[in-house]
Amino acid sequence: MLNFLGRKLFFALVLFLAVTALTFMMVFSNGAASVRQSLGETATDEQVAARVAQLGLDRSVVLQYLEWLKGLLSGDLGASFATGESVSSMLTTRIPVTISLVVLAILLTAVLSVVVGVCAAVFGGWVDKGLQFLSIGGLALPNFLVAIALVFAFAIAIPLFPATGYVPIEENAGEWAASLVLPVTAILVGLVAGSAQQFRGALIDTLSQDYIRTLRSRGVSERAIVLRHALRNAASPGLTVLSLQTIGLVGGAVLIERIFVLPGVGQLTQTAAITGDLPAVMGCVVFSVLVVIVVNVCADLLNGWINPKVRIS
Amino acid sequence: MSTDSIMSAGPASTAPTNKSVWRRLLKNPMAAGSLVVFIAIVIFGVAAPLLAPFDPNLAKLELTNAAPFDTEFLLGGDRSGRDILSRLMYATTGTLMACLVVLAVSAGIGIVTGLVAGYWGGRIDDVLDWVSNIVLAFPGLILLISLYTVVGPNITVSMAILGVLIAPNFFRLVRSLVLSIRSELYVDAARVAGLSDGRIISRHVLRSIRGPLIVQSSFVLATGISVQAGLEFLGLGDSNTPSWGGMLNEAFANIYNNGTAVVWPALLIGATTLSLVILGNTLRDTLETSGTRHPALSASKVKEIRAEREGTRERSTALPTDTKPKSDVLLRIQGLELGYPSSSETVGVVVHGVDLEVRSGEIHGLVGESGSGKSQIAYSILGILPPEAAVVGGSVFFRGQDILNDSNAMKKARGRRIAYIPQEPMTNLDPTFTVGQQLTYGLRAVADISKHDAHARLLDLLARVGINDPRRMFDLYPHQISGGMAQRVLIAGALAGEPELIVADEPTTALDVTVQADVLDLLRDLQNERDFGVLLVTHNFGVVADICDRVSVMKEGRIVESSDVRTLFAEPEHEYTRMLLDSMPDRFASRIPFEATSVEVAP
Repeated sequence: MLNFLGRKLFFALVLFLAVTALTFMMVFSNGAASVRQSLGETATDEQVAARVAQLGLDRSVVLQYLEWLKGLLSGDLGASFATGESVSSMLTTRIPVTISLVVLAILLTAVLSVVVGVCAAVFGGWVDKGLQFLSIGGLALPNFLVAIALVFAFAIAIPLFPATGYVPIEENAGEWAASLVLPVTAILVGLVAGSAQQFRGALIDTLSQDYIRTLRSRGVSERAIVLRHALRNAASPGLTVLSLQTIGLVGGAVLIERIFVLPGVGQLTQTAAITGDLPAVMGCVVFSVLVVIVVNVCADLLNGWINPKVRIS
Repeated sequence: MSTDSIMSAGPASTAPTNKSVWRRLLKNPMAAGSLVVFIAIVIFGVAAPLLAPFDPNLAKLELTNAAPFDTEFLLGGDRSGRDILSRLMYATTGTLMACLVVLAVSAGIGIVTGLVAGYWGGRIDDVLDWVSNIVLAFPGLILLISLYTVVGPNITVSMAILGVLIAPNFFRLVRSLVLSIRSELYVDAARVAGLSDGRIISRHVLRSIRGPLIVQSSFVLATGISVQAGLEFLGLGDSNTPSWGGMLNEAFANIYNNGTAVVWPALLIGATTLSLVILGNTLRDTLETSGTRHPALSASKVKEIRAEREGTRERSTALPTDTKPKSDVLLRIQGLELGYPSSSETVGVVVHGVDLEVRSGEIHGLVGESGSGKSQIAYSILGILPPEAAVVGGSVFFRGQDILNDSNAMKKARGRRIAYIPQEPMTNLDPTFTVGQQLTYGLRAVADISKHDAHARLLDLLARVGINDPRRMFDLYPHQISGGMAQRVLIAGALAGEPELIVADEPTTALDVTVQADVLDLLRDLQNERDFGVLLVTHNFGVVADICDRVSVMKEGRIVESSDVRTLFAEPEHEYTRMLLDSMPDRFASRIPFEATSVEVAP
């Protein structure tokens, strides 16, 4: 188990360094252009050059990256080109928004896809056909289209929920929930379609295993076979899908946050990219890689808990 | 098998001919519809310079936010007074080109690396696999957005980067397909025949994997469209040329003034991705169902078929009853007929009217070649046939009660009065529970006893079946024990409910020869001690000679001969039995019961 964890942590470290190094060196390869952009069209060449020198952007990118890494170790992600605000403090106000969105969506996806997947695998028939049909739609339609449709239906046509905006949970829990209903639903449609489908497949696979037949022969009830034995064995592939979806969701949240005007990390990523605010862009990249790493580690731990072969070897 | 059949078996069986797949695909209304929609969208885009009513950038201020179907702007005007229809048409070409970039880059990288990794394997495979895992874990969309700071509003470059990011999907697919094909005999044969690697890859490997590749491509195109539209929707596209996502973005910002302008680009994006995904899905289904497997028939359909078959022979009005009840008969199978769906309406029968009797305290061998239907009979006694199986005739009487046609009676008997010992011990234990846990669950499902008593009984049983340290065994997981130990655990599991009949399906076939003899001895001892009846399914006359009292010989779903063991070995009646006995190696022949006492057991 320790060996297993060590390998996973090594992978996480490599992933972190690969992603940050790659993006940093590409993003900062032309730092001067971004400075020109942030200073505006009226800035003279001298002003730009002075600022570039002040920010140290005239050094080699490798050197800049190492410096950035050093700062990162002490929690310093640099200051925004646009506002001069520290990137870490920009992130701290935005992370709770994105985390609320992602965590709610993933928890609901996990619950719903287990329920839907079990029903489809066990009952078959029209439940299964319905799932197949809906999942094609859910998978094919990009989540921003679903989000726009939801805005049309439940914010404009029938104004049940706010179309835009976010209320922090500590201010008003009810309004916080209301502000997240449509965004989370927009994400859920595609996620549940995908993972329920995968979970159904894994469950059908498990139910055709030899040991299930043997358990049946011992007189174990169908209910216990599905809920105790099949579910546990099908959980591993289900977890893999769920963790991949969470990773995809970090990107998907950018679109959702834009449509519902949620002041999260996704929105910061977009504005930072458009305005050429390189330190802020890197901050968002760090956040998303960390999410990926945390999700992977959680998935591996859960997998070890479920699957004794991983745990004991 | 001749070399000829080896050479021809491969590509033909994995990749059905192009023509038949396309024909079957087009017969599916969903697939045909999606194809029509997709082609229409392509024409809509390609023909824009000819068919578009206006220049995409022509603005008529009086038509700003014009309603659809009202003015010369058929789908209305946008907030700058431009024709939405014309702009959509011009945007289509750009969208499709960008998606082709994604496809070309991802397929190019993925297929080449996948072929290399799968075909040559080894170190290079490890490295490529590791790299692909890293790339797959990248937060893709965030990277694309970040790189906007370098790439700028150049959607083609962004799409090329996306292609790199999703190349691992192609890599994994191709690698696993190539791995499975590389081990096929026909590829070995081609290699032995002296074909070069390049020729084998292009002629044999690529041919068999093109189906899944086309399926994957349609999904990649759909992903490309939604990511591209997403980036443009975020304002990361070129604002000077019309694009679907860009139009959606502008319209969405203007939603309270002109809501319908949102609808058109949204519809176009949705229709394109949907048609591609449906095409990919149906193509995959078509490729996968090219075999002979058919889904289970409905219960009513099976009933209908059964009534029809029975009606042609004799009219039965009530529930079947045991017509020849005898006190010493434990199990009587009468006219059992079962099969598997051969189409959505018909059943291909594999067990044809089997009659069989197992008496109390008797070990009855059921012998036959693989595929003769032995296991099907075993499963039907326990009610554990696969869901597709259809019982179309006959009964299984256990102590005079028809358990095949009375699911309540079956429930009461299974695990309590009838138990099962499977063939392959390692796959018959749930890998996620300890031996003790799963035995306890099984026992407590049929016996109303406390956990503590269950543990005590099971520990005794484990000791009885020859496990030295039952307590330790209790806490082990299946992957920690050997096949022989696992089979003893399964025997203990079968004994736990104190059954009157044990159905053992090739209980020694998967075990080492030395362990086989031990397990047979154990079964015989237990049978002497507890006096249960056994139906022992086997293909091995040696096993029959060793422990059976009576034996039935099966061929192609029929019982051809049934008698006591001595008679069968001395004077086999049926020609098939004689043939089977003649084909036995001598060491088994020497174990026939008459001489068994004087001959050493073969190692």
